[in-house]
Amino acid sequence: MATATEQWVLVEMVQALYEAPAYHLILEGILILWIIRLLFSKTYKLQERSDLTVKEKEELIEEWQPEPLVPPVPKDHPALNYNIVSGPPSHKIVVNGKECINFASFNFLGLLDNPRVKAAALASLKKYGVGTCGPRGFYGTFDVHLDLEDRLAKFMKTEEAIIYSYGFATIASAIPAYSKRGDIVFVDRAACFAIQKGLQASRSDIKLFKHNDMADLERLLKEQEIEDQKNPRKARVTRRFIVVEGLYMNTGTICPLPELVKLKYKYKARIFLEESLSFGVLGEHGRGVTEHYGINLSLRKYSQAPESRERNVWTLFGSRFKQMLLKENLIDDIDLISANMENALASIGGFCCGRSFVIDHQRLSGQGYCFSASLPPLLAAAAIEALNIMEENPGIFAVLKEKCRQIHKALQGISGLKVVGESLSPAFHLQLEESTGSREQDVRLLQEIVDQCMNRSIALTQARYLEKEEKCLPPPRVGSFQSALPTSLCFKRRWLGASRVETIWSPFPLSRTSTGKKRTTPPFYCL
Amino acid sequence: MANPGGGTVCNGKLHNHKKQSNGLQSRNCTKNGIVKEAQQNGRTHFYDKLIVESFEEAPLHVMVFTYMGYGIGTLFGYLRDFMRNWGIEKCNAAVERKEQRDFVPLYQDFENFYTRNLYMRIRDNWNRPICSAPGALFDVMERVSDDYNWTFRFTGRVIKDVINMGSYNFLGLAAKYDESMRTIKDVLEVYGTGVASTRHEMGTLDKHKELEDLVAKFLNVEAAMVFGMGFATNSMNIPALVGKGCLILSDELNHTSLVLGARLSGATIRIFKHNNTQSLEKLLRDAVIYGQPRTRRAWKKILILVEGVYSMEGSIVHLPQIIALKKKYKAYLYIDEAHSIGAVGPTGRGVTEFFGLDPHEVDVLMGTFTKSFGAAGGYIAGRKDLVDYLRVHSHSAVYASSMSPPIAEQIIRSLKHLMGMDGTTQGLQRVRQLAKNTRYFRQRLQEMGFIIYGNENSPVVPLLLYMPGKVAAFARHMLEKKIGVVVVGFPATPLAEARARFCVSAAHTREMLDTP
Repeated sequence: MATATEQWVLVEMVQALYEAPAYHLILEGILILWIIRLLFSKTYKLQERSDLTVKEKEELIEEWQPEPLVPPVPKDHPALNYNIVSGPPSHKIVVNGKECINFASFNFLGLLDNPRVKAAALASLKKYGVGTCGPRGFYGTFDVHLDLEDRLAKFMKTEEAIIYSYGFATIASAIPAYSKRGDIVFVDRAACFAIQKGLQASRSDIKLFKHNDMADLERLLKEQEIEDQKNPRKARVTRRFIVVEGLYMNTGTICPLPELVKLKYKYKARIFLEESLSFGVLGEHGRGVTEHYGINLSLRKYSQAPESRERNVWTLFGSRFKQMLLKENLIDDIDLISANMENALASIGGFCCGRSFVIDHQRLSGQGYCFSASLPPLLAAAAIEALNIMEENPGIFAVLKEKCRQIHKALQGISGLKVVGESLSPAFHLQLEESTGSREQDVRLLQEIVDQCMNRSIALTQARYLEKEEKCLPPPRVGSFQSALPTSLCFKRRWLGASRVETIWSPFPLSRTSTGKKRTTPPFYCL
Repeated sequence: MANPGGGTVCNGKLHNHKKQSNGLQSRNCTKNGIVKEAQQNGRTHFYDKLIVESFEEAPLHVMVFTYMGYGIGTLFGYLRDFMRNWGIEKCNAAVERKEQRDFVPLYQDFENFYTRNLYMRIRDNWNRPICSAPGALFDVMERVSDDYNWTFRFTGRVIKDVINMGSYNFLGLAAKYDESMRTIKDVLEVYGTGVASTRHEMGTLDKHKELEDLVAKFLNVEAAMVFGMGFATNSMNIPALVGKGCLILSDELNHTSLVLGARLSGATIRIFKHNNTQSLEKLLRDAVIYGQPRTRRAWKKILILVEGVYSMEGSIVHLPQIIALKKKYKAYLYIDEAHSIGAVGPTGRGVTEFFGLDPHEVDVLMGTFTKSFGAAGGYIAGRKDLVDYLRVHSHSAVYASSMSPPIAEQIIRSLKHLMGMDGTTQGLQRVRQLAKNTRYFRQRLQEMGFIIYGNENSPVVPLLLYMPGKVAAFARHMLEKKIGVVVVGFPATPLAEARARFCVSAAHTREMLDTP
């Protein structure tokens, strides 16, 4: 009975469905859909989006206050109360009206006030005037530029050289010409600021290795090799570069080039070498760090050879053989060498040299080359003449090295200060043995030393860094730059000057030190 | 597409009325496209001055031929690459040394396709070496190529007295030595050429101080600082001014040095259409209202980067409108006057003077000494706090060598000349002569029916060539007629807008300008 009633209800329902008007059904259908939608949709919105009204926008514009374009600078900052040099910054320098012996310029070979260089520049001034009024591509190429490029290439024994009109722009333009986004650059931690900027412009992946630590570099290269095996397709198009300096501006140390070359071939990475300090300084003819190692390397290779036959050959044909070996010197193993002409050559500008396959690319891709006015011809002429002098007097490099060695020796053992850098580097730093704890105080202390020296007619300078911008900020230092003066007259004068300094210079106490103990510095020994 | 300028600008307002080019009409009709309706009436009031600028579109068939030219060039390029690959044609390009063949290739193959196959064919038109001062006339060294421009050989002959329409020697101050350059000789003899130190260390000479004071005086601002290279002035100082959390609004046609500086700064960069104040305002508004992307933090500061005169377009920045915008939205303005300082304005003081504005309205005035002053290097000028800040924080001041003393002296000489401090009015006459020459030259070219770009007062005159084949033919033909011009193609310009660029100089005489 009960089931019959239930059946009847069901039938009635179906019947009612048939009889129901269409609008009713549609309405109910919509309602059902609505319920489903409510069931599956979120109960509330996480983000209420509503566009700003015009008034709100205006208010926002009204309210926004930008930071000042430049924050205020302390009035006593040394860069604002700068030293003014009157007259040429040669071995004697007039700083703020006081004549000093110059230990603060990168004028290593003393070519800055060389009369021959000046005469060459003057002749160029008479012919070409001063400016070039255009980039190299657009009538800014003068015959002197071509000459200089040719001479530099010959001097460095490379296929091609390219000149830039500013030293800083040289390596900073060269790196991004080759290394692009996605490429990998292995770079020494102590690399100079120009390299850092070049790397930044290239937007490549940068891997820093510990200063001059080949094991650390190899570790990074190995890591990369493992990474490459995981993704060989990518590895096939990822260029690898090692960027090092010949003589480091920040530390005064030499890079271990032979080891670098070994790593280069082992891991197939190209080497870019920045030689701003070592060009015109290291090596028998001033060709830089490649020459410095080139001889040593070849000598070592053959003198340590196990076969006695080879050793005999070496002793028999010594000089001939040496020359032959020099030909296959390291320079071919370096993909690109860059240096500026502002230090040893005492002009302005920079150059890159290497194989044509590499260098020529910069003529369309080196931004500092393509988009900047070319080097004023008189500066190019001065650089050519400076090269002439370097080629004619290879002896000056030995003199310079000897002087560096002497001053390094003399400066050893000053209590409280330590000398940073190789003994053959003409640029080195004096650093506090123990930091006082705060950078500012160190800087002040060193400044005091610099001032004291200035009072005793010796111009030194603190090495300056942009503290916020440097990747690995070196500790504060006093930079000192040696120079070799080629003529005997100058040399003598230097000696005279030195003896004067020695007599004036008595040990002076440094008043403030970290330990509170009085530290004395022995007389600065000056050549 | 073919018109980056976006139209003709009259009376300070931007009308987007591109000249309707009736593409199907014959070539003769290009003349009709020249803007003539804008009249010059406010000559005394520079602020109200009409900006007469034209960016005319090319007729359709020219564009078709241009693209066809590139197409054919590319096809032949592929063919020749194919032949080189199979050893049918000798490859002249330098190759990687044997020992390093298994390294990852230094260049991607397609990177150099354009250079190898298109640029190489017409390479003789660039890097032409000269062997005299870049004055109104110069001597070009003749060179020939035996292997289709892969290498050049000098014949030893010199093409004498070529009219120089290529160098940026606006005021004719780059010239052969004469008695007025005596001071440069003296400085050279005393100081030598180099400085061998940075500004922060031991490289601030008294000459630099003298120059900086003079530049500030010339520009009528509080202070100035000079740098050894114009390119580096931009690329090494912009990062000192802005950084992360800041916004740079940059004109799409800004010079590479500005682009590089902006990129190095780490700030966010947004590009607005060339000289288009509407586009700039939209970006400014959005930037202030919406702040930084994602975090929605407000921008720390907004810097607008523009140039005074654009070297490839010959257009002059719409400074009054941009200054109004900058004030409204509290942004800062950095203006690169590389091509305008010395060249525009009644006394050669650049675009601020051209529009009759106070130079302090612009936050950072940057310029170079390469062009008008016939020297090298650049400056940044403005309020004292700005310059002081840069003295401390500029990358260039800390890490790069300072300016060579004889170069500084040339600038000092030029500035004194322009300011009449040498007791003559010759400097002023040069500026006037330049303005006269510019007008005349532009007018003549227009009469001859060429499509030229830019402002009627800009001494940079781009003449549109469009077709890649014509670029080479034009430059070669001009050299035959003893005129040295600069031709520019892709990638320095948009693909279809290859052009020749004339730079008018005060040293040009009427006859020289009539020769083309």
